[in-house]
Amino acid sequence: MKPAAFAYHRPETRAEALALLAEHGEEAKIIAGGQSLVPAMNFRLARPPILIDINAVPGLDGVREEAGQLVIGARTRHATFEKPVTAGPLGTLLARVAANIAHTPIRSRGSWGGSVSHADPASEWCCVTRGLEAELVAESATGRRSIPAADFFQTIFTTALRPDELLAEIRLPLFGPDWHCGFAEYARRAGDFALAMAVVACRVEGGVIREARVGLGGIASTPVTSPEAVAALLGQAPSPALFAAAGAAGAAATDPDGDIHASGEYRQDLVKAMIRRALVQAFA
Amino acid sequence: MAGLPDEPMNWIGRNIPRLEDPALVRGEGRFVADIAVGSRAVVFVRSPVAAGVIRGIEKPDLPRGVLVITGGDVAALKPIVPRLGRFNYVAIEQPILPRDRVHYVGQPVVAVVAPTQREAEDIADAVFLDIEPEQAVVDLDSAAGPGAPVVHPMAPTNTIVEGRIRTPGLDAVLAESTIVEIDVRSRRQNASPMETRGGAASFDKASGRVSLHASVQMPHMLRTGIADCIGMPEADLRVVAPDVGGGFGQKMSLFPEYVLLVWLARKYRTEVAWIEDRRENLIASAHSRDQHHIVRGAFDGQGVMRGLDVEILANIGAFSCYPTTCGVEPLMALAEYAGPYKVAEYGTHARGITTNTAVMAPYRGVSRPVVSFALERLMEVAAKRLNIDPIEIRRRNLVTVFPHRTPTNMVLDEASYLETMEKAVEVADLPGFRARQQAAREQGRYLGIGFSVINERTGYGTPAFAARSMEITPGYERVEICMTPSGEVEARIGASPHGQGLRTTLAQIIAEEVGVDVQRIRIIHGDTDRTPYGWGTFASRSLVIAGGASKLAAGKLAQKLKRAAAVLLQGEESQVRLEAGMALIPGGASISLDTIARTVYHSAGPISEKIGYDLNEAATYDPEGTFSNACHVAVVEVDAETGNTRILRYIVVEDAGRLINPMIVDGQVQGGVAQGIGNALLEEIIYDADGNILTGSFADFIPPTMAEVPDIEVHHLATLTGATVLQAKGVGEGGSIAAPAAVINAICDALQPFGVQLFEMPATPQRVRAAIRAAQETSP
Ligand SMILES: Cc1cc2nc3c(=O)[nH]c(=O)nc-3n(C[C@H](O)[C@H](O)[C@H](O)COP(=O)(O)OP(=O)(O)OC[C@H]3O[C@@H](n4cnc5c(N)ncnc54)[C@H](O)[C@@H]3O)c2cc1C
Repeated sequence: MKPAAFAYHRPETRAEALALLAEHGEEAKIIAGGQSLVPAMNFRLARPPILIDINAVPGLDGVREEAGQLVIGARTRHATFEKPVTAGPLGTLLARVAANIAHTPIRSRGSWGGSVSHADPASEWCCVTRGLEAELVAESATGRRSIPAADFFQTIFTTALRPDELLAEIRLPLFGPDWHCGFAEYARRAGDFALAMAVVACRVEGGVIREARVGLGGIASTPVTSPEAVAALLGQAPSPALFAAAGAAGAAATDPDGDIHASGEYRQDLVKAMIRRALVQAFA
Repeated sequence: MAGLPDEPMNWIGRNIPRLEDPALVRGEGRFVADIAVGSRAVVFVRSPVAAGVIRGIEKPDLPRGVLVITGGDVAALKPIVPRLGRFNYVAIEQPILPRDRVHYVGQPVVAVVAPTQREAEDIADAVFLDIEPEQAVVDLDSAAGPGAPVVHPMAPTNTIVEGRIRTPGLDAVLAESTIVEIDVRSRRQNASPMETRGGAASFDKASGRVSLHASVQMPHMLRTGIADCIGMPEADLRVVAPDVGGGFGQKMSLFPEYVLLVWLARKYRTEVAWIEDRRENLIASAHSRDQHHIVRGAFDGQGVMRGLDVEILANIGAFSCYPTTCGVEPLMALAEYAGPYKVAEYGTHARGITTNTAVMAPYRGVSRPVVSFALERLMEVAAKRLNIDPIEIRRRNLVTVFPHRTPTNMVLDEASYLETMEKAVEVADLPGFRARQQAAREQGRYLGIGFSVINERTGYGTPAFAARSMEITPGYERVEICMTPSGEVEARIGASPHGQGLRTTLAQIIAEEVGVDVQRIRIIHGDTDRTPYGWGTFASRSLVIAGGASKLAAGKLAQKLKRAAAVLLQGEESQVRLEAGMALIPGGASISLDTIARTVYHSAGPISEKIGYDLNEAATYDPEGTFSNACHVAVVEVDAETGNTRILRYIVVEDAGRLINPMIVDGQVQGGVAQGIGNALLEEIIYDADGNILTGSFADFIPPTMAEVPDIEVHHLATLTGATVLQAKGVGEGGSIAAPAAVINAICDALQPFGVQLFEMPATPQRVRAAIRAAQETSP
């Protein structure tokens, strides 16, 4: 349970961090909260020769609102979201989601940016990032670019980030009061990675759902959206029957992966239940 | 619960706080890893394949001070070979490090010794095992079936141990009764003590002796086993179990790693230590309860079980554990299947099957969690089939007349099987629950209640082990007691507590006999240099056996003190009372025990002839055993959409005879139930078909946490048994024996509307959900 040997850098400015990344790129790994990377290194599943610790780099923490978006600094810890970080449905949603991530000590170190860069398909932040159609902002010594969530998650543990890039921020849409948001997941024990999860956001106008987003996690090699569940919701008035129908439609369109905790068939049952429950919560 | 004012202070029956806790909660305990600081680190390279031939072992360039030890280097070490004299037992040999073949993923193949843990892990990483894989057999039923790959050539059917019993009248009863047959599967467990295994061996150049500090439950047995493998005098080896962070049976066995540590320390005249990590513990320590039972109950029209016929298969892994042998699971099931029920006619065919998996070892309750799961499911299914209330069917079958002789010739001493169940029904408010259950169902919520009635064989001495024909027959315990010149009582015990609170309970027993405060009593354990030969702590035995020996030894010490007091006070020995550190005689004369102790040791001349020269005594106790009993009730809510089970309430009505310290008893029960809940719902070691283990961390092998374990209410009845000198019964395992049945019965009760019946533990959410789906698909 000791990692293989590695060199360690602790840059104190963003420029310095980006320069180190430009120099070491492929060889180096960023360490943020270390809550995914360090266990992998201790099992020697990851053997990065160089670690670049971004914890001393200023300006990577915290959230702000800007142009209709919630801008989340990549190093913002999970625990930050345990209380709503913004008024309105998004802040409440993120607080509900945060309570499902791991345990207190992990939440106090692990970061949003670390979660999405690690790209575990069962990560709550990955599901939210993908499901709510966030934008991700990456920086390198040569510039800055914005990547839509749809392009960011490529496969399990793999993102569109280049080896010389640092993820700087995540931008989520700030939903107005006409939006209803909900989240549900099923994990075997409190704090475990979920077997399946769903995040939903619906805009209601004149008693019917006019816009909807549904994201699913834990069922494929990346977090996914559910156009089928969205289609079932659009133009309909919210009701328990509608929520169940959306769950059924969303689940029917999935072909989840199986593992020792959940067969594909069982995960499909869970998807159905989680979409329904997330909707019930959204409209409660 | 302090003594009445005009009565002497009673120590027995009081909830005094555990004497061992202050150091532990201050973080001042001394565990093996604390003792290992500064030793050279040992890391094992373990087999990555389940079966194969070792073609070669490639070592990297070794820095100075680093050793890489292979099977060829330790060819002189004898293998581990526990033996049984009966039951078609095949004595298979477990090498310390293998030379030619490997038998399971995780088997130690190479030992790396380096100045630090990190260096040892780096070298281990660079050692290459060239192993040609062969076909492995992993699954229990396949291994027992025809044409399976053979794990050990001397056991061509993979059967290592096999027992049969058939009472003469069984066939007739089977022919004339209603047969209720169930097929029960228990998946593989890991006991998961909080502290993993580990040992630190150091060589003393002056004496030539080795001291092994190890996280173990049976230090004396370990010394015997290691000395036998190495061929060294036991006198040159000291084994110490310092503070030990739980064992649950996993730390009873002799493991190759410990033999190697002692061999290394002795050969290289150095200090070496191995601290197991969690991954190793999950993969390579010991597993349990991978069993398959086919159970046929023969019931008459009134629901009376007239006969029981069971087929038992136990996966014993790649080797046979020492000293209990792999008979421990199948033969315990064979002997104890009837549990608390009257069964006139009984048949069993029990087999231990070897496979290319980690070695099976006892785990809290051994086979009984599976047996009671099977029996309690059988009662439920039979009740349904015969249209009898499930509580009523138990009433008709529980043993109520004692002593009761079972079909396997065990004698059940006085107990309260029926009474604990009736009390549990009352505490659980069964009618009230049924009303709530009905109301919840109308809202689409599924509540259920499950009962489980068990007895627990505890405190059994050599006769019980001899019945299994073990070459090594554990059972008795010896306690050597002495009062020091300054008046403290030291008791040296062969038992080896590791969390049970024995320092407290034995002190209470001794305090009661000798009339001194518990704070003045020191229980010395877990050190072969300082304690008499004994069997350690396992099988719910220590309070009964070491406690019984403590009482007997302390009684003798009290007698000696009374004799001295009578001389010094010029009174009658028979009239001396010992109380609160004083010896008193009628009329008010008294003398402190401290003064007596000083006088005995330090005065000379004629008085010594009258009062003796020492305050040493000893006693050995070897009882037949006693059965404690309990009824557990679980109230659950099952989420029909996810298959999740939440335990809403958990009640235990326990009868452990006389309670020495009720708080400690409750702790034992609660801890056992927590593990039982893990067995019922969560924990499962999973191999793939090639024998690779898929549950190598606590992310995949998932013990319950505080969030999954409810408050556990414990109620007591007290049947004061005549079978033990303390009138006490053991309680170490009952919690984990009864819980799986109670929880899974509750799940089935909750899912009555679907007609779901579960016979597999753990009842994981995906299994529960699959059963609901299957029930929905078959129902119209
Ligand atoms: C017991 C346990 C339970 C857990 N349960 C859950 C759970 O239920 N749900 C869940 O979502 N997570 C869970 N986690 C994971 C946890 O949330 C991690 O904190 C998270 O996945 C990674 O965040 P981090 O900041 O710790 O990243 P690190 O571990 O430091 O890094 C993870 C990866 O991201 C890269 N990285 C980090 N920051 C950046 C950046 N700014 N730019 C580019 N690359 C970067 C690193 O190089 C590394 O590859 C659990 C972890 C543990 C140990």
